[in-house]
Amino acid sequence: MNNLVDLDAHASPALATPRRANRAYLLPLIVFAIFALVPLSVLWGSQSFILALVTRIMILALAAMSLDLLIGYGAMISFGHAAYVGLGAYSVAILASHGITDGFIQLAVALSVSLIFAFFTGAISLRTKGVYFIMITLAFGQMLFFLGTSLAAYGGDDGLTLASRSMFFGSKFMKNDVAMYYVAFGVLLGAYLLLRAIVASRFGRVLRGIRENPVRMEAIGFAPYRYQLTAYVIAGMIAGVSGFLLANQTEFVSPAYTAWQRSGDLIFVLVLGGLGSLHGAIIGAAVFSLLADILSHYTENWALIFGPILILVVLYARGGITGLFGSKS
Amino acid sequence: MSNAPLQLQNICKNYGALRVTDDVSLNIEAGELHAIIGPNGAGKTTLIHQISGHAQSDSGRIIFDGQDVSRLPMAERARMGLVRSFQITSILPRFSALENVAIAVQARSGSSFSFFGNASKEPALNDAAIALLSRFGLAARAGVPAGQMSHGEKRQLEIAIALAAKPKLLLLDEPLAGTSHDESQRLINTLQELRKELPIVLIEHDMDAVFALADRVSVLVYGRIIASGSPQSIRDNAEVRAAYLGEEAA
Ligand SMILES: Nc1ncnc2c1ncn2[C@@H]1O[C@H](COP(=O)(O)OP(=O)(O)O)[C@@H](O)[C@H]1O
Ligand SMILES: [Mg+2]
Repeated sequence: MNNLVDLDAHASPALATPRRANRAYLLPLIVFAIFALVPLSVLWGSQSFILALVTRIMILALAAMSLDLLIGYGAMISFGHAAYVGLGAYSVAILASHGITDGFIQLAVALSVSLIFAFFTGAISLRTKGVYFIMITLAFGQMLFFLGTSLAAYGGDDGLTLASRSMFFGSKFMKNDVAMYYVAFGVLLGAYLLLRAIVASRFGRVLRGIRENPVRMEAIGFAPYRYQLTAYVIAGMIAGVSGFLLANQTEFVSPAYTAWQRSGDLIFVLVLGGLGSLHGAIIGAAVFSLLADILSHYTENWALIFGPILILVVLYARGGITGLFGSKS
Repeated sequence: MSNAPLQLQNICKNYGALRVTDDVSLNIEAGELHAIIGPNGAGKTTLIHQISGHAQSDSGRIIFDGQDVSRLPMAERARMGLVRSFQITSILPRFSALENVAIAVQARSGSSFSFFGNASKEPALNDAAIALLSRFGLAARAGVPAGQMSHGEKRQLEIAIALAAKPKLLLLDEPLAGTSHDESQRLINTLQELRKELPIVLIEHDMDAVFALADRVSVLVYGRIIASGSPQSIRDNAEVRAAYLGEEAA
């Protein structure tokens, strides 16, 4: 084992061997290839619910992947990440209820609102550490939840149904479920490539270094706070986009999107799929959603079964499902 | 006004009722290797924490490079060139040895708010890091995760990291602690070279190393400097012998 590592060091000290690098690309490649081909199954007569289910998987994956930047790469365990999904979703629904259905405007608002909320709540939360950080992010998430329930004009507790999906360039093409699917697919792929670049960049390396040992990073001149806050804002904005897609896919928003249970789901998805790999979030989202879907056919209390699964993963498969494939980056 | 690169002026630090640093004043002169010795619990590490900014002083002033840095956070002091090592090894365990050093090079070359481009493939950073690793005989270990290195290798790596951060003054907290005879010999040789390049504050328990390396020695006991001077004068100081060296020499 040690010898192998040593040989690598001689051949190319900075980099993994090309062979190993290829394997690291293989799993995400397969995952995206499958997603790209799913709509074709409709040709063979599969029902449209599969399209809707997989669209929702990709939207969940997008939110979980953004959370991976925080938890997996930044060791910032946010328990309020669903707040941004809610912000993105409500941006669409509230604007639509006022007749503003242009997707670009809705998206710009979703991104701006997420940015502002992440900046201010992150600036406060990141002054704390450990369990306090978890609690304060939870509290900010709950604040949004209760704000949502109190918005009587926008449905309060009951939420709000979208009159129509977002329009782009004056076209309503997202009405088509296959189009909706590929929009979600494109966004997920784009976000994956963006986050891949970010975690490998100078910025990402600093973020990973802070995860490893913040005091060491301070001692060589990096102030963790500003890097963590930047990551917090990026992750919030990506989750906001996931909310934008979710509102469009379900054509409905409600405060339940921002409930702490949804934030917990996102963490569960990450642990299940494997932290700190990005595609782990996607695999986790798929397994989570499929399990929920299948189990719900058999029992109302399907959520009960998730507890033991989580315990098994944590005890026996620390790297999550991705870890079982042995390709973690 | 002194123009010593590092000036400690009446600095104090309490932990609860315990006075750990008690009115310490000391100038570190350009080009000197200044050793600080003292029994366990004397407050040596705390003093390094205060100088580096890892802990804030309760009172007193710290002047570095002509600037009052007393209230600056550690990262800012490090960027000014006030760089330290830790008594308890502090590395990035899942980063390779190379990346541990390369990220310190990165800290002092260009912006780290750069979101594209693979940092681990930047030749300028890697070349500088390899050069430093070579200096410590660690080039062949460049690809090994730092957490899997031997204790002695980690001690050397930590000094390589500190050097990568472009120090103008180096604070070393027991760099030889726990190293084998060969490793500590190698580190002493490296320190002999380094002392020609920049002033060093060295905390060390190995008296042979201290007396071989130091231009001046200060003795810290219960947070106070009880003596400061040439190695020879410290060896001859009766109070020091009673408080500290006596038990060591025995
Ligand atoms: N963070 C802390 N909180 C409380 N007491 C501390 C802390 N750090 C050090 N001390 C105490 O301060 C004294 C000096 O410690 P230290 O600076 O580590 O000494 P040295 O490095 O000389 O062995 C010891 O009595 C130690 O217990
Ligand atoms: Mg100590």
